Amino acid sequence: MVPTAYYIILSGLLFTTGVVGVLVRRNPIIMFMSIELMLNSANLAFVTFARHYRSLDGQVSVFIVMAVVAAEVAVGLAIIVAIFRTKATIDVDELNLMKW
Amino acid sequence: MAELIIFVVLGAVAVGAGIAVVAARNPVHSALFLVVNFFCLAALFLVLSAEFVAVLQVLVYAGAIMVLFLFVIMLLNVGGVLESLRDPLGSQRWLALLLGLGLVAEVTAMVISGAVKLPAPSGGIPAGFGSPSEVGLHLYSRYLFPFEVVSLLLLVAMVGVVVLNKRRD
Repeated sequence: MVPTAYYIILSGLLFTTGVVGVLVRRNPIIMFMSIELMLNSANLAFVTFARHYRSLDGQVSVFIVMAVVAAEVAVGLAIIVAIFRTKATIDVDELNLMKW
Repeated sequence: MAELIIFVVLGAVAVGAGIAVVAARNPVHSALFLVVNFFCLAALFLVLSAEFVAVLQVLVYAGAIMVLFLFVIMLLNVGGVLESLRDPLGSQRWLALLLGLGLVAEVTAMVISGAVKLPAPSGGIPAGFGSPSEVGLHLYSRYLFPFEVVSLLLLVAMVGVVVLNKRRD
């Protein structure tokens, strides 16, 4: 059986890939996808520990996380589309109207 | 041994697809690489005795959320040539990569050094561990309140999406 530590290292790798994606890319849709990467790495950690402790709490948590992510993605993409309709650009560096 | 090989192959493809999501120039390619990543994670969930969650991953993440992403990418027609011309980040890109590698090193060191002592797993995996009936029993008994709150959250999200994109006339 593959040790739990290996799965956690894989989860950490995926999480870091998502973090670097959010930091490096300037397109908000790609940034959203990197956030999805991070959330999926957390899901992997949940399921790993669910098997480690023989408890289904981790899998139910994954269920809840997926529902929350679906809501978040819907609202976030709606915001992006609404911004694009007014400004015709979605480069995050140019969206600085609220800067003081 | 077979499980280790499967884990290494799936993990390598997942990490490779994740890096490709971040590095691809065309957002449609990024979305497709993310779908590959989700499928690899679903297969890993199957290895981890989480069958219900694996199927949910494919249905919800790869089947609904990524389709939503692709709709928005096609609608906005993003990722033209103009996006890569100006680079306001400059040298910060390399700093971000360096610090990302530092984060990977920290996570790996923390896990390998054994600083966090996990109790050893007790006994074998009970029969029907990740099956829908077992997860459903937990979900509707112990996690009933979060379940209802999440359904309310989804309703609020739907209302919000409709309100955000109404015509102002």
